[in-house]
Amino acid sequence: MASDILDATFAALADPTRRAILARLAEGEATVMELAAPFAMSQPGVSKHLRVLERAGLISRGRDAQRRPCRLEATRLKTAMDWLADYRSYWEESYQRLDDLLGELEADKSGTGEREAL
Amino acid sequence: MSRPAPGEGLSVTTPSDTELVLTRTFDASRPLVFDAFTRPELLRRWHGARGWHLVVCEIDLRPGGTWRFVSRGPDGAEMGLSGVYHEVEPPYRLVQTELHTGWEAGEALVTTVFDESHGRTTMNTTVRYSSREIRDSVLRTPMKRGAGEAYDRLAEVLSETTPKGDLE
Repeated sequence: MASDILDATFAALADPTRRAILARLAEGEATVMELAAPFAMSQPGVSKHLRVLERAGLISRGRDAQRRPCRLEATRLKTAMDWLADYRSYWEESYQRLDDLLGELEADKSGTGEREAL
Repeated sequence: MSRPAPGEGLSVTTPSDTELVLTRTFDASRPLVFDAFTRPELLRRWHGARGWHLVVCEIDLRPGGTWRFVSRGPDGAEMGLSGVYHEVEPPYRLVQTELHTGWEAGEALVTTVFDESHGRTTMNTTVRYSSREIRDSVLRTPMKRGAGEAYDRLAEVLSETTPKGDLE
């Protein structure tokens, strides 16, 4: 995937309302009215966010002229999430080694009394 | 405290176009966690994963002092990271620059805050890059692994990155 498209994806994901909309759509498609309800936001306000998400390829809109339901476009989101998940997984693995080390240090400390000052 | 399942303990979020925020709680006191992040003999024992480990770890822990890490990967590849400490407040707070060797444009400002509560310490690290493109490049490197489990965690990641109560 071209990096400019990925940039658009991450830009779209940088907004908390848009992330909340995506989280809702992860559960299934929804209309603008249904999406607007939890946000105390006008439908035009939500529609603006939906346009950003649509341009970033993160959602698509149905053809039904009345409802135009929104649905998550999982592939695009998956690519962005893969980065985050992979980055997180790498560092989590490292931090689990730190968990073990901290456990050893705590044990040493309780075994030998006061920890030496820095 | 039970150890978190792989991949679940650490939260990585992108609160803005140019930032990454890492949050992780450790079952240890704040001075111990601070030491683990700032003493080379301790850093060498945990820093890195997937075959990457520190082969150089130099730290001059004072404002204006420099730090330098070299990590070696499973195929012998080496990656250098270095920077300068701006603020050093043991065991509460660190502010430092971070620069990937050979990639000057990728310089970041890293602010790490350690909070202790009931004997556990939460690390909150904000990494600020000069542009969104650079932030995203960092996410893509350097430790590739097969994706796959990521999509299963989609809803989880989204819920983590969705602040409650401040929607407008």
